Amino acid sequence: MKKVIMGNHALSYGAMLARTQVIAAYPITPQTQVVELLSEMCADGTLNAKFIKVESEHSAMAACIGASIAGARTFTATSSQGLALMHEMLHWAAGGRLPIVMGNINRAMAPGWTIWTDQNDSLSQRDTGWMQFYCSSNQEVLDTVLQAYKISETISIPSMVVLDAFALSHTYEVVDIPDQAKVDEYLPKFKPYATVTPDDPRAFDGLTGPEHYMELRYKLQKDMEKVPALFEETGRQFEKIFGRRLSAVEPYLCDDAEIVLVTSGTAGYTARVAVEEMRKKGLKVGNLRIKMFRPFPFEDCRRILAKTPKIAVLDRNISYGHHGIFSQELKSALYGTGDQAVFSFIAGLGGRDITAESFREMIETVSRTDRPTEDILWIGVKR
Amino acid sequence: MSIKKDKKKIVFESEKDMPTMPMSLGSMLWNKTGSWRNIRPEIKLEDCIQCGICWKFCPDMSIEIENEWPVINYDYCKGCGICAEECPVKCIAMVEERR
Repeated sequence: MKKVIMGNHALSYGAMLARTQVIAAYPITPQTQVVELLSEMCADGTLNAKFIKVESEHSAMAACIGASIAGARTFTATSSQGLALMHEMLHWAAGGRLPIVMGNINRAMAPGWTIWTDQNDSLSQRDTGWMQFYCSSNQEVLDTVLQAYKISETISIPSMVVLDAFALSHTYEVVDIPDQAKVDEYLPKFKPYATVTPDDPRAFDGLTGPEHYMELRYKLQKDMEKVPALFEETGRQFEKIFGRRLSAVEPYLCDDAEIVLVTSGTAGYTARVAVEEMRKKGLKVGNLRIKMFRPFPFEDCRRILAKTPKIAVLDRNISYGHHGIFSQELKSALYGTGDQAVFSFIAGLGGRDITAESFREMIETVSRTDRPTEDILWIGVKR
Repeated sequence: MSIKKDKKKIVFESEKDMPTMPMSLGSMLWNKTGSWRNIRPEIKLEDCIQCGICWKFCPDMSIEIENEWPVINYDYCKGCGICAEECPVKCIAMVEERR
Protein backbone atom coordinates (compact mmCIF):
# COMPACT_ATOMS: atom_id res chain seq x y z
CA MET A 1 0.00 0.00 0.00
CA LYS A 2 1.39 3.38 -0.99
CA LYS A 3 1.17 6.16 1.54
CA VAL A 4 2.57 9.66 1.84
CA ILE A 5 4.49 9.64 5.12
CA MET A 6 7.28 11.48 6.90
CA GLY A 7 10.72 9.91 7.36
CA ASN A 8 10.10 9.45 11.07
CA HIS A 9 6.96 7.45 10.39
CA ALA A 10 8.88 5.33 7.89
CA LEU A 11 10.94 4.20 10.88
CA SER A 12 7.77 3.50 12.88
CA TYR A 13 6.22 1.47 10.06
CA GLY A 14 9.49 -0.44 9.69
CA ALA A 15 9.47 -1.33 13.38
CA MET A 16 5.79 -2.26 13.19
CA LEU A 17 6.21 -4.53 10.17
CA ALA A 18 9.23 -6.15 11.80
CA ARG A 19 6.84 -7.14 14.61
CA THR A 20 9.06 -5.51 17.19
CA GLN A 21 8.22 -6.89 20.61
CA VAL A 22 9.74 -4.30 22.93
CA ILE A 23 10.17 -0.56 22.36
CA ALA A 24 11.84 1.61 24.98
CA ALA A 25 12.33 5.22 24.08
CA TYR A 26 12.56 8.77 25.29
CA PRO A 27 11.33 11.61 23.08
CA ILE A 28 13.67 14.19 21.57
CA THR A 29 13.26 16.56 18.65
CA PRO A 30 13.52 15.63 15.75
CA GLN A 31 12.85 11.97 16.63
CA THR A 32 9.56 12.42 18.53
CA GLN A 33 7.10 11.23 15.86
CA VAL A 34 8.92 7.91 15.53
CA VAL A 35 7.96 6.79 19.01
CA GLU A 36 4.74 8.79 19.12
CA LEU A 37 3.29 6.67 16.32
CA LEU A 38 4.72 3.48 17.81
CA SER A 39 3.14 4.24 21.19
CA GLU A 40 -0.22 4.78 19.45
CA MET A 41 0.20 1.47 17.63
CA CYS A 42 0.93 -0.27 20.94
CA ALA A 43 -2.05 1.41 22.58
CA ASP A 44 -4.61 0.55 19.89
CA GLY A 45 -3.33 -2.98 19.38
CA THR A 46 -1.97 -2.52 15.83
CA LEU A 47 1.38 -3.62 17.23
CA ASN A 48 1.58 -6.29 19.88
CA ALA A 49 4.60 -4.88 21.68
CA LYS A 50 5.54 -3.69 25.12
CA PHE A 51 6.19 0.06 25.09
CA ILE A 52 8.44 0.99 27.99
CA LYS A 53 8.44 4.63 29.04
CA VAL A 54 11.78 5.59 30.51
CA GLU A 55 13.36 8.60 32.16
CA SER A 56 16.33 8.98 29.82
CA GLU A 57 17.97 7.64 26.68
CA HIS A 58 20.52 5.82 28.82
CA SER A 59 17.62 3.92 30.39
CA ALA A 60 15.96 3.43 27.01
CA MET A 61 18.99 1.56 25.71
CA ALA A 62 19.40 -0.29 29.03
CA ALA A 63 15.79 -1.49 28.74
CA CYS A 64 16.38 -2.56 25.14
CA ILE A 65 19.46 -4.49 26.23
CA GLY A 66 17.53 -6.33 28.94
CA ALA A 67 14.67 -7.12 26.55
CA SER A 68 17.05 -8.27 23.83
CA ILE A 69 18.88 -10.62 26.20
CA ALA A 70 15.48 -11.99 27.19
CA GLY A 71 14.91 -12.81 23.52
CA ALA A 72 12.66 -9.98 22.30
CA ARG A 73 13.01 -8.13 19.01
CA THR A 74 13.77 -4.65 20.25
CA PHE A 75 13.59 -1.12 18.82
CA THR A 76 14.36 2.39 19.92
CA ALA A 77 15.03 5.74 18.30
CA THR A 78 16.85 8.86 19.36
CA SER A 79 18.84 11.83 18.19
CA SER A 80 21.85 13.97 19.04
CA GLN A 81 22.12 14.64 22.80
CA GLY A 82 19.98 11.59 23.44
CA LEU A 83 22.35 9.38 21.49
CA ALA A 84 25.28 10.90 23.36
CA LEU A 85 23.60 10.05 26.66
CA MET A 86 23.19 6.47 25.42
CA HIS A 87 26.87 6.20 24.66
CA GLU A 88 27.83 3.89 27.52
CA MET A 89 24.92 1.58 26.80
CA LEU A 90 25.80 1.43 23.10
CA HIS A 91 28.98 -0.39 24.10
CA TRP A 92 26.95 -2.78 26.25
CA ALA A 93 24.62 -3.54 23.36
CA ALA A 94 27.38 -4.18 20.83
CA GLY A 95 29.77 -5.91 23.23
CA GLY A 96 26.84 -8.00 24.46
CA ARG A 97 26.20 -8.94 20.80
CA LEU A 98 22.54 -7.94 20.91
CA PRO A 99 20.68 -7.40 17.61
CA ILE A 100 18.93 -4.20 18.65
CA VAL A 101 17.85 -1.86 15.85
CA MET A 102 17.77 1.86 16.53
CA GLY A 103 16.72 4.81 14.44
CA ASN A 104 18.90 7.88 14.83
CA ILE A 105 17.86 11.17 13.37
CA ASN A 106 21.01 13.13 12.60
CA ARG A 107 20.86 16.32 14.64
CA ALA A 108 23.89 18.50 15.30
CA MET A 109 25.45 18.54 18.78
CA ALA A 110 25.04 21.48 21.14
CA PRO A 111 26.23 24.08 21.94
CA GLY A 112 25.03 26.32 20.35
CA TRP A 113 21.76 24.67 21.03
CA THR A 114 20.37 23.30 17.80
CA ILE A 115 17.81 20.89 16.44
CA TRP A 116 18.97 20.93 12.81
CA THR A 117 20.88 18.26 10.99
CA ASP A 118 24.45 17.15 10.79
CA GLN A 119 26.14 13.83 11.33
CA ASN A 120 28.39 14.46 14.32
CA ASP A 121 26.00 12.72 16.72
CA SER A 122 26.06 9.30 15.06
CA LEU A 123 29.64 9.53 13.82
CA SER A 124 30.75 10.17 17.41
CA GLN A 125 29.49 6.61 18.07
CA ARG A 126 31.70 5.19 15.34
CA ASP A 127 33.76 2.94 17.60
CA THR A 128 31.00 1.46 19.75
CA GLY A 129 30.64 -1.63 17.55
CA TRP A 130 27.27 -0.69 16.02
CA MET A 131 26.58 -0.98 12.32
CA GLN A 132 25.49 2.32 10.78
CA PHE A 133 23.33 2.78 7.68
CA TYR A 134 22.73 6.30 6.29
CA CYS A 135 19.51 6.61 4.33
CA SER A 136 18.54 8.97 1.51
CA SER A 137 14.78 8.51 1.15
CA ASN A 138 11.80 7.56 3.28
CA GLN A 139 11.35 4.34 1.35
CA GLU A 140 14.94 3.45 2.07
CA VAL A 141 14.41 4.18 5.77
CA LEU A 142 11.52 1.71 6.02
CA ASP A 143 13.28 -0.94 3.94
CA THR A 144 16.51 -0.55 5.86
CA VAL A 145 14.83 -1.19 9.22
CA LEU A 146 13.73 -4.60 7.91
CA GLN A 147 17.12 -5.38 6.42
CA ALA A 148 18.87 -4.15 9.58
CA TYR A 149 16.96 -6.66 11.70
CA LYS A 150 17.87 -9.42 9.27
CA ILE A 151 21.56 -8.58 9.31
CA SER A 152 21.70 -7.85 13.04
CA GLU A 153 19.97 -11.06 14.03
CA THR A 154 22.13 -13.14 11.69
CA ILE A 155 25.41 -11.75 12.96
CA SER A 156 24.48 -10.62 16.52
CA ILE A 157 25.50 -6.99 16.11
CA PRO A 158 23.18 -4.00 16.68
CA SER A 159 22.35 -1.54 13.88
CA MET A 160 21.68 2.13 13.67
CA VAL A 161 19.44 3.34 10.84
CA VAL A 162 20.36 6.96 10.30
CA LEU A 163 18.44 9.76 8.59
CA ASP A 164 18.87 13.53 8.34
CA ALA A 165 16.83 15.73 10.64
CA PHE A 166 14.03 17.56 8.79
CA ALA A 167 15.54 16.99 5.33
CA LEU A 168 14.24 13.44 5.76
CA SER A 169 12.69 13.05 9.21
CA HIS A 170 9.95 15.63 8.61
CA THR A 171 9.77 15.44 4.83
CA TYR A 172 6.78 13.64 3.36
CA GLU A 173 7.37 11.21 0.51
CA VAL A 174 5.46 8.40 -1.13
CA VAL A 175 6.41 5.16 0.57
CA ASP A 176 5.34 1.69 -0.46
CA ILE A 177 4.40 0.03 2.82
CA PRO A 178 4.84 -3.67 2.16
CA ASP A 179 2.36 -6.40 3.07
CA GLN A 180 2.87 -7.99 6.46
CA ALA A 181 2.92 -11.47 4.89
CA LYS A 182 5.83 -10.51 2.64
CA VAL A 183 7.71 -8.97 5.55
CA ASP A 184 7.15 -12.14 7.60
CA GLU A 185 8.61 -14.14 4.73
CA TYR A 186 11.69 -11.91 4.62
CA LEU A 187 12.09 -11.54 8.34
CA PRO A 188 11.10 -14.63 10.31
CA LYS A 189 10.68 -14.66 14.06
CA PHE A 190 13.76 -13.66 16.06
CA LYS A 191 15.72 -16.65 17.30
CA PRO A 192 17.93 -15.36 20.09
CA TYR A 193 21.47 -16.68 20.43
CA ALA A 194 20.81 -17.59 24.05
CA THR A 195 17.75 -17.67 26.21
CA VAL A 196 17.15 -16.61 29.75
CA THR A 197 15.49 -19.40 31.68
CA PRO A 198 15.68 -20.55 35.30
CA ASP A 199 16.07 -24.14 33.99
CA ASP A 200 19.47 -23.32 32.53
CA PRO A 201 20.75 -20.22 34.29
CA ARG A 202 23.40 -18.08 32.59
CA ALA A 203 25.17 -14.93 33.58
CA PHE A 204 25.54 -12.32 30.79
CA ASP A 205 28.20 -9.67 30.29
CA GLY A 206 30.03 -10.70 33.47
CA LEU A 207 33.59 -10.09 34.56
CA THR A 208 35.95 -11.12 31.76
CA GLY A 209 39.64 -11.36 32.50
CA PRO A 210 42.56 -10.62 30.19
CA GLU A 211 42.61 -14.32 29.24
CA HIS A 212 39.28 -14.00 27.37
CA TYR A 213 38.40 -10.34 26.71
CA MET A 214 40.56 -9.99 23.62
CA GLU A 215 38.96 -13.03 21.97
CA LEU A 216 35.52 -11.47 22.43
CA ARG A 217 36.73 -8.37 20.60
CA TYR A 218 38.39 -10.47 17.89
CA LYS A 219 35.09 -12.26 17.32
CA LEU A 220 33.16 -8.99 17.07
CA GLN A 221 35.61 -7.66 14.48
CA LYS A 222 35.58 -10.93 12.51
CA ASP A 223 31.78 -10.83 12.38
CA MET A 224 31.84 -7.16 11.35
CA GLU A 225 34.07 -8.21 8.46
CA LYS A 226 31.34 -10.60 7.30
CA VAL A 227 28.73 -7.83 7.09
CA PRO A 228 29.47 -6.49 3.57
CA ALA A 229 28.77 -9.93 2.06
CA LEU A 230 25.75 -10.34 4.32
CA PHE A 231 24.46 -6.92 3.28
CA GLU A 232 24.72 -7.95 -0.36
CA GLU A 233 22.97 -11.27 0.29
CA THR A 234 20.13 -9.84 2.38
CA GLY A 235 19.79 -6.98 -0.12
CA ARG A 236 19.29 -9.49 -2.93
CA GLN A 237 16.75 -11.45 -0.88
CA PHE A 238 14.97 -8.17 -0.26
CA GLU A 239 14.84 -7.42 -3.98
CA LYS A 240 13.39 -10.84 -4.70
CA ILE A 241 10.47 -10.28 -2.34
CA PHE A 242 9.90 -6.51 -2.57
CA GLY A 243 11.40 -5.59 -5.94
CA ARG A 244 13.70 -2.95 -4.48
CA ARG A 245 17.47 -3.43 -4.27
CA LEU A 246 19.32 -2.34 -1.14
CA SER A 247 23.05 -1.75 -1.46
CA ALA A 248 25.81 -0.75 0.93
CA VAL A 249 27.03 1.80 -1.62
CA GLU A 250 25.21 3.37 -4.55
CA PRO A 251 27.39 4.42 -7.48
CA TYR A 252 25.80 6.73 -10.05
CA LEU A 253 27.58 7.29 -13.35
CA CYS A 254 30.94 6.46 -11.78
CA ASP A 255 32.38 4.17 -14.45
CA ASP A 256 33.91 6.82 -16.72
CA ALA A 257 33.84 9.69 -14.21
CA GLU A 258 36.80 12.05 -13.88
CA ILE A 259 35.32 13.50 -10.72
CA VAL A 260 33.26 11.47 -8.27
CA LEU A 261 31.26 13.25 -5.56
CA VAL A 262 31.14 11.06 -2.47
CA THR A 263 28.11 11.69 -0.29
CA SER A 264 25.88 10.18 2.35
CA GLY A 265 22.33 10.75 3.57
CA THR A 266 19.99 13.09 1.70
CA ALA A 267 22.91 14.97 0.14
CA GLY A 268 23.34 11.84 -1.98
CA TYR A 269 20.27 12.60 -4.04
CA THR A 270 21.02 16.33 -4.25
CA ALA A 271 24.41 15.46 -5.72
CA ARG A 272 22.73 13.61 -8.55
CA VAL A 273 21.04 16.79 -9.70
CA ALA A 274 24.45 18.42 -10.05
CA VAL A 275 25.87 15.30 -11.70
CA GLU A 276 23.14 15.29 -14.33
CA GLU A 277 23.64 18.99 -15.02
CA MET A 278 27.39 18.54 -15.44
CA ARG A 279 26.92 15.52 -17.67
CA LYS A 280 24.73 17.66 -19.96
CA LYS A 281 27.61 20.11 -20.18
CA GLY A 282 29.91 17.22 -21.13
CA LEU A 283 31.74 17.03 -17.80
CA LYS A 284 32.34 13.49 -16.62
CA VAL A 285 31.06 13.64 -13.07
CA GLY A 286 29.63 10.79 -10.98
CA ASN A 287 28.27 10.26 -7.51
CA LEU A 288 29.05 7.55 -4.98
CA ARG A 289 26.62 7.46 -2.08
CA ILE A 290 27.99 5.59 0.89
CA LYS A 291 25.11 4.09 2.82
CA MET A 292 26.96 1.69 5.08
CA PHE A 293 29.45 3.54 7.26
CA ARG A 294 30.10 0.73 9.73
CA PRO A 295 31.49 -1.62 8.75
CA PHE A 296 33.15 0.63 6.16
CA PRO A 297 32.68 -0.74 2.62
CA PHE A 298 36.41 -0.96 1.82
CA GLU A 299 36.14 -3.31 -1.14
CA ASP A 300 33.26 -1.47 -2.82
CA CYS A 301 35.01 1.89 -2.52
CA ARG A 302 38.31 0.51 -3.80
CA ARG A 303 36.61 -1.15 -6.76
CA ILE A 304 34.40 1.77 -7.77
CA LEU A 305 37.04 4.47 -7.28
CA ALA A 306 40.04 2.48 -8.57
CA LYS A 307 40.41 4.60 -11.71
CA THR A 308 38.85 7.87 -10.57
CA PRO A 309 41.45 10.65 -10.82
CA LYS A 310 39.62 13.07 -8.51
CA ILE A 311 37.36 12.29 -5.61
CA ALA A 312 35.42 15.04 -3.82
CA VAL A 313 34.02 13.96 -0.47
CA LEU A 314 31.22 15.99 1.03
CA ASP A 315 31.10 15.72 4.81
CA ARG A 316 28.22 17.07 6.85
CA ASN A 317 30.35 16.48 9.93
CA ILE A 318 33.82 17.22 11.23
CA SER A 319 36.41 15.56 13.42
CA TYR A 320 37.96 18.63 15.03
CA GLY A 321 41.70 18.66 14.45
CA HIS A 322 41.35 16.27 11.54
CA HIS A 323 39.01 16.35 8.51
CA GLY A 324 35.51 15.39 7.61
CA ILE A 325 34.93 11.86 8.83
CA PHE A 326 33.79 10.15 5.63
CA SER A 327 36.80 11.69 3.92
CA GLN A 328 39.21 10.28 6.52
CA GLU A 329 37.62 6.88 6.19
CA LEU A 330 37.69 6.94 2.42
CA LYS A 331 41.34 8.00 2.34
CA SER A 332 42.21 5.16 4.68
CA ALA A 333 40.28 2.72 2.45
CA LEU A 334 42.12 3.91 -0.67
CA TYR A 335 45.56 4.09 0.93
CA GLY A 336 48.16 2.43 -1.26
CA THR A 337 45.65 1.36 -3.93
CA GLY A 338 46.14 4.12 -6.49
CA ASP A 339 46.88 7.73 -7.21
CA GLN A 340 43.47 9.28 -6.60
CA ALA A 341 43.36 12.85 -5.30
CA VAL A 342 40.86 13.09 -2.46
CA PHE A 343 39.37 16.54 -1.83
CA SER A 344 37.72 16.95 1.59
CA PHE A 345 34.78 19.32 1.62
CA ILE A 346 32.76 20.29 4.66
CA ALA A 347 29.27 21.72 4.25
CA GLY A 348 25.87 21.87 5.83
CA LEU A 349 26.85 21.80 9.51
CA GLY A 350 23.99 22.50 11.90
CA GLY A 351 21.37 22.19 9.19
CA ARG A 352 22.68 24.73 6.69
CA ASP A 353 21.23 23.71 3.34
CA ILE A 354 23.25 21.58 0.97
CA THR A 355 22.00 22.39 -2.50
CA ALA A 356 22.94 21.57 -6.07
CA GLU A 357 24.85 24.88 -5.95
CA SER A 358 27.08 23.44 -3.18
CA PHE A 359 28.03 20.60 -5.52
CA ARG A 360 28.60 22.97 -8.44
CA GLU A 361 31.03 24.88 -6.23
CA MET A 362 32.78 21.64 -5.29
CA ILE A 363 33.12 20.59 -8.91
CA GLU A 364 34.56 24.01 -9.84
CA THR A 365 37.13 23.81 -7.04
CA VAL A 366 38.14 20.28 -7.98
CA SER A 367 38.42 21.18 -11.66
CA ARG A 368 40.89 23.99 -10.95
CA THR A 369 43.70 21.92 -9.38
CA ASP A 370 45.17 18.43 -9.63
CA ARG A 371 45.54 18.09 -5.86
CA PRO A 372 43.64 19.76 -3.03
CA THR A 373 45.20 23.05 -1.99
CA GLU A 374 43.94 22.78 1.57
CA ASP A 375 43.26 19.87 3.93
CA ILE A 376 39.68 21.05 4.40
CA LEU A 377 37.73 22.88 1.73
CA TRP A 378 34.80 24.69 3.32
CA ILE A 379 31.56 25.24 1.48
CA GLY A 380 29.45 28.23 2.39
CA VAL A 381 31.30 29.53 5.45
CA LYS A 382 30.88 33.27 5.84
CA ARG A 383 34.45 34.50 6.05
CA MET B 1 33.96 -27.95 22.54
CA SER B 2 37.20 -28.22 24.41
CA ILE B 3 36.67 -26.47 27.63
CA LYS B 4 39.36 -26.95 30.18
CA LYS B 5 37.95 -27.05 33.64
CA ASP B 6 40.64 -26.44 36.13
CA LYS B 7 39.41 -26.48 39.64
CA LYS B 8 38.20 -22.91 39.70
CA LYS B 9 36.95 -21.82 36.30
CA ILE B 10 36.48 -22.46 32.62
CA VAL B 11 39.42 -21.59 30.40
CA PHE B 12 38.86 -21.48 26.65
CA GLU B 13 41.78 -22.60 24.51
CA SER B 14 40.46 -20.95 21.33
CA GLU B 15 38.10 -18.13 20.45
CA LYS B 16 36.16 -20.71 18.40
CA ASP B 17 35.07 -22.43 21.58
CA MET B 18 33.76 -19.23 23.09
CA PRO B 19 30.13 -18.19 22.76
CA THR B 20 29.33 -15.18 20.56
CA MET B 21 27.66 -13.45 23.48
CA PRO B 22 29.76 -12.79 26.55
CA MET B 23 27.95 -15.28 28.76
CA SER B 24 28.76 -17.94 31.27
CA LEU B 25 28.73 -21.51 30.04
CA GLY B 26 29.18 -23.04 33.44
CA SER B 27 27.66 -21.88 36.64
CA MET B 28 28.74 -20.45 39.96
CA LEU B 29 29.50 -24.01 41.04
CA TRP B 30 32.75 -23.56 39.10
CA ASN B 31 33.41 -20.02 40.14
CA LYS B 32 34.12 -20.08 43.83
CA THR B 33 34.49 -16.49 44.88
CA GLY B 34 35.31 -17.21 48.53
CA SER B 35 38.98 -16.92 47.66
CA TRP B 36 38.56 -13.13 47.44
CA ARG B 37 38.00 -13.01 51.21
CA ASN B 38 40.49 -11.30 53.53
CA ILE B 39 38.43 -11.48 56.70
CA ARG B 40 36.03 -14.30 57.56
CA PRO B 41 32.87 -14.18 59.66
CA GLU B 42 32.74 -16.67 62.51
CA ILE B 43 29.48 -17.23 64.37
CA LYS B 44 29.52 -17.94 68.10
CA LEU B 45 26.46 -20.17 68.16
CA GLU B 46 26.18 -20.14 71.99
CA ASP B 47 25.14 -16.46 71.76
CA CYS B 48 23.03 -16.76 68.55
CA ILE B 49 19.31 -16.05 69.02
CA GLN B 50 18.37 -17.64 65.63
CA CYS B 51 16.80 -14.40 64.39
CA GLY B 52 17.86 -15.02 60.76
CA ILE B 53 18.98 -11.43 60.20
CA CYS B 54 22.44 -12.52 58.98
CA TRP B 55 20.77 -14.88 56.47
CA LYS B 56 18.49 -12.12 55.27
CA PHE B 57 21.23 -9.51 54.86
CA CYS B 58 23.98 -11.62 53.25
CA PRO B 59 24.31 -10.11 49.73
CA ASP B 60 25.90 -13.28 48.37
CA MET B 61 23.40 -15.75 49.83
CA SER B 62 26.33 -17.37 51.61
CA ILE B 63 24.52 -17.96 54.87
CA GLU B 64 22.16 -20.87 54.97
CA ILE B 65 19.87 -21.93 57.78
CA GLU B 66 20.39 -25.57 58.62
CA ASN B 67 18.25 -27.08 61.38
CA GLU B 68 17.37 -23.55 62.42
CA TRP B 69 21.01 -22.48 62.85
CA PRO B 70 22.99 -20.19 60.51
CA VAL B 71 25.83 -21.85 58.59
CA ILE B 72 28.30 -19.86 56.48
CA ASN B 73 29.24 -21.14 53.03
CA TYR B 74 32.91 -20.17 52.81
CA ASP B 75 33.10 -21.18 49.12
CA TYR B 76 31.27 -17.95 48.29
CA CYS B 77 31.45 -15.66 51.34
CA LYS B 78 33.62 -12.69 50.30
CA GLY B 79 33.99 -11.42 53.88
CA CYS B 80 32.08 -8.17 53.48
CA GLY B 81 31.10 -8.14 57.17
CA ILE B 82 27.47 -7.10 56.72
CA CYS B 83 26.30 -10.10 58.80
CA ALA B 84 28.57 -9.10 61.69
CA GLU B 85 27.42 -5.50 61.45
CA GLU B 86 23.73 -6.39 61.41
CA CYS B 87 23.78 -9.15 64.05
CA PRO B 88 21.66 -7.76 66.96
CA VAL B 89 23.56 -9.76 69.62
CA LYS B 90 26.99 -9.30 68.02
CA CYS B 91 27.78 -12.98 67.97
CA ILE B 92 29.55 -12.82 64.58
CA ALA B 93 33.22 -11.87 64.67
CA MET B 94 35.28 -10.95 61.59
CA VAL B 95 38.57 -12.81 61.87
CA GLU B 96 41.61 -12.27 59.68
CA GLU B 97 41.98 -14.95 57.03
CA ARG B 98 45.21 -16.98 57.27
CA ARG B 99 46.56 -18.44 54.04
